[in-house]
Amino acid sequence: MRTLLGFTLKCAACHFHPCTLLKTPPTLTFAKLGCSKGGRQLFKNVDCTLTAGHWLYVAGVNGVGKTSLLRMVCGLSSIGAGDILWNGAPIHAQADAYHQDLCYLGHLNGLQESMTVEENLTFITALAGRTIGPGQTQKVLTRFGLRGRSQQLVRHLSQGQKRRVALSRLALSPARLWVLDEPYVAMDEAGVKMLADLIADHLQHGGLAVVTSHQRVPIGDIPAQMLELQVL
Amino acid sequence: MSQSLKPIGLAQVMLSVLKREVALGMRQKGEVLTPLMFFMVVASLFPLGVGAESNLLLRMAPGVLWVSALLAAMLSLQRMFSTDYADGSLEQMVLSSTPLGLLVLAKALAHFLVSGLPLVLIAPVLGIQFGLDGRGLGLLVLTLLLGTPTLSLIGSIGAALTLGVRGAGVLLSLLILPLYIPVLIFGAGAVEADAAGLGIGGHLSLLAALLVLSLFFSPMATSAALRISLE
Repeated sequence: MRTLLGFTLKCAACHFHPCTLLKTPPTLTFAKLGCSKGGRQLFKNVDCTLTAGHWLYVAGVNGVGKTSLLRMVCGLSSIGAGDILWNGAPIHAQADAYHQDLCYLGHLNGLQESMTVEENLTFITALAGRTIGPGQTQKVLTRFGLRGRSQQLVRHLSQGQKRRVALSRLALSPARLWVLDEPYVAMDEAGVKMLADLIADHLQHGGLAVVTSHQRVPIGDIPAQMLELQVL
Repeated sequence: MSQSLKPIGLAQVMLSVLKREVALGMRQKGEVLTPLMFFMVVASLFPLGVGAESNLLLRMAPGVLWVSALLAAMLSLQRMFSTDYADGSLEQMVLSSTPLGLLVLAKALAHFLVSGLPLVLIAPVLGIQFGLDGRGLGLLVLTLLLGTPTLSLIGSIGAALTLGVRGAGVLLSLLILPLYIPVLIFGAGAVEADAAGLGIGGHLSLLAALLVLSLFFSPMATSAALRISLE
């Protein structure tokens, strides 16, 4: 929904994102990206452009630098060589705006174990600058197969359930770029399918996703843009 | 789904961080009780150690109580970021669209509420042990109230710098204790000066100035340190 010349425009096609048709379609660009860790060159000269509605599948063997690449995309690690551009401008020059558009899930779930599921969700949404009501919490938890768990401490959930709570931040975030590091870890078959559907839905509404995984899970019928990192 | 969530302002984001930290502190009782017990035990050891000569005790009371409070406030510093670091919440805070400095400020204030404020409240009871009079006790509470938030704020820099370092506790003390010296001098000094019949306006103003300075600068330094620790 966007206000244009005093009229409130609603887009019938996309209820998920504020009318993506009116926003410039986002692009993520890697320009001659390189990274070295502990004196060893992990990758160099990685060039790639990802546009709205597409997802990048970062593949490669263990230790090739997939997680390092993703942490650079998020701005958690400094960029070794080259640059990462969001909508044509370097990400470090527009950190605040970029972080509003970014949702990252790494190896760690980012959940406080001594708090309940509901408290965690409230905190996650607050960090994204939003507030969530109990009804909405129930809706999200039901969607993620965690019905009736809202008052349970995260510590008492299984690994897969924790992962589901962590992934629910995707559904609660207005971000257009999702960066997912091994999102399918610890998930059961139904969970993997649900997540793939969630990503497909996100892409159809003009989102972008960067995913690493050792499981080649298809995202709807949207072909992956491959980025195969090679051992140097 | 995300569109049906109402946006909130920065102050509300900070408030939710504050609420979360205080709730966590209350849930993990040790976090409140350990510094408090430490403060009580250390402050009680001095009369036992130096003897029950009331003049001597009275003279050293402000210094002893301030040093004990300072050490006690430092005990729980290490925990300020370590659990969030371990479970990934810190990554999410750094990547949040809310400026990290504000989140850090909320965390430091929560640390003061959970670890510092109980010390302030129990201090008069310990002061009685040393024979401080009503005016002295009041002043002790006032200086601690002005000083302990500064300790939490300065301490957050050290906690962020030593994140993920082995033996962080000792390193943290070495880093932070020298920075605590001005707070100690003016905090304990105010109570002593008053007992000696001198004016205390200067001491209190300087304590307040230190608080304002650390309110402004420490969130910046802490954010920078956190970003380095997460690399």
